[in-house]
Amino acid sequence: MKEILILAYKLLVNDKGKYTALLVGTVFSVFLIVQMTSSFAGILTKASATVINVGASIWVMDPSATNSVMGSIPMPDYVLDAVRSINGVKYAVPLYSGAALLKLHDGTYQAVTVLGLDDASLVGRPELIEGNIEDIFAENGFIAVKDEEFYKLKNPKLGTEFELNDHRGVIVGIATVPTGALYGTPTLFTTYNRAIQYIPSLRFTSSYILVEPKRPSDIVTIKQQVAQLGYVALTNSEFQQGISNYLKYQTGIGTNTLLMTVISFIVGLSISGQTFYTFILENLEHFGALKAMGAKGRDLVYMILFQAAFTSLVGYGLGIGLSTLLITAAKLRLPEYASRVTYANLGFAFLLVLIIASISSYAGIRRVLRVEPFDIFRG
Amino acid sequence: MAEAAIMAEKLNKWFGAEEARTYAVRDASFEAYWGEMLYIVGPSGSGKTTLLSMISGILRPNSGTVRIDHHELWSLPDNQIADFRLNAIGFVFQDYHLFPRLTTAENVAIPLVLQRRPWKEALRAAARYLEVVGLSDKADLPPSKLSGGEQQRVAIARAIVHEPRILVFDEPTASLDGETGRKIVSFVKNEVLNPNRCILIITHDSRIFEYSNRIMSMEDGRITGFQQKDLYEAREA
Repeated sequence: MKEILILAYKLLVNDKGKYTALLVGTVFSVFLIVQMTSSFAGILTKASATVINVGASIWVMDPSATNSVMGSIPMPDYVLDAVRSINGVKYAVPLYSGAALLKLHDGTYQAVTVLGLDDASLVGRPELIEGNIEDIFAENGFIAVKDEEFYKLKNPKLGTEFELNDHRGVIVGIATVPTGALYGTPTLFTTYNRAIQYIPSLRFTSSYILVEPKRPSDIVTIKQQVAQLGYVALTNSEFQQGISNYLKYQTGIGTNTLLMTVISFIVGLSISGQTFYTFILENLEHFGALKAMGAKGRDLVYMILFQAAFTSLVGYGLGIGLSTLLITAAKLRLPEYASRVTYANLGFAFLLVLIIASISSYAGIRRVLRVEPFDIFRG
Repeated sequence: MAEAAIMAEKLNKWFGAEEARTYAVRDASFEAYWGEMLYIVGPSGSGKTTLLSMISGILRPNSGTVRIDHHELWSLPDNQIADFRLNAIGFVFQDYHLFPRLTTAENVAIPLVLQRRPWKEALRAAARYLEVVGLSDKADLPPSKLSGGEQQRVAIARAIVHEPRILVFDEPTASLDGETGRKIVSFVKNEVLNPNRCILIITHDSRIFEYSNRIMSMEDGRITGFQQKDLYEAREA
């Protein structure tokens, strides 16, 4: 078998023009597919940035606010007390999430997202790269997140001042977070009480209640008890999934991405399939000669499958490499670029490449199996 | 009397059905012997290639039998017929059908590769047979770098590299000038033919008739006679 495959390999790669055309088709297709799905994955991840960055196990919220962190609906204070009294809750703390307009030290204005952490515990606090976390309790203390949007705050340093609703604010810490936000606004952390004091609020102020269960098995009970209060409790992953599902199915983003991915697939299939079929047709007399010499149908099938698989795998590798290179380069120039290559993207692209290879080789195999050695023999 | 290598009996091949049926070969019976170089001659459309295809396991006859080395060829299943072609027959096609993307040596090695012989071993054997046909210095070149006569010799090396007992040539001199054609056929007669091998050659080229042992004529699908007596027997005598 190995020898037959070596023969197939040489027949394929020694035809440099055709082989290059086959690779270009596959690489182009993989490149487009990975670009599309990676951009979508990047958007989904960034949309869940607050959930990921705060990292609480369970989020309690209004049932109408499960689609986006930006769309939180404040809850009355008794909900916090009620959640704390649920059997199985280790602790529960409020989280404020809101938008504000900063007046920067140079006089310009910048919209920001402010997250107010529970004053007592600071649950959900970010990892500091400059400053001390205790300084958040200092007068007017805020922590700036050094993500892709950080520069919009004019790259503040410790001690940089700003105004928020005529309140003085001071940067007392610079933090890093796992994921930057989607909506293009910088993020500031402060205490819960300072947040509701500085930012005009509705009657109720708790955007979310962050809950830590005593045991994982308590999650079910907590969800049931919260539901009886008229609210909803989602685990971290459920909340992320909810946000993803909203973007996928209730906005045009999912449909657009799917359409572009399908188009990429069709383009790849057209180029690769057509080129591979032409390659088979041009080699038809050679396959016929092999048949006349005694090659069996299955030998020729193995050869064609190997050629299709080899081309697809090389094209897949090059396509992934090219996509990753471009995404990395783009992120260096455009920090906000929302693109993330995930294993799921790679698997999905691999699946589509396999389909392209299967369809391409199927047409070729049908043609080769029909060729009669007699036609080759009589010239 | 030499032993018969090939015995064809009442071979018939037609194409089309009912009223449209056209006979390509009709009631063809003949024997070819080990150590013999048998030419099959006749005008275009006389059924030479069809007959040779049925003899070599490429085209199934509508009726009649072919016995090769005591085996009833067309009673074998398709896979075994392919094995038979692979092991017992060497083909030299009219257009050579060399693979342009392979080197000369790799072209010659193809039958051994199809026999699942290791790649390097096949290439070593190919190199030996390229030496036999006088092309050992061209082993690494693609066929496109060779002259017509050299390509023909590569095709011959490929046909004999797996040491088949029967060789089938289709118009071996059709693309060659007279001198080169005579050299090639002379080479086949002197170096390739042996008492354990039978060679069948389809040709129109009367300039190479002198190298044959017998010449079988065909017309309108029928064998019309043997134009030359069995020289092999004469030579043995």
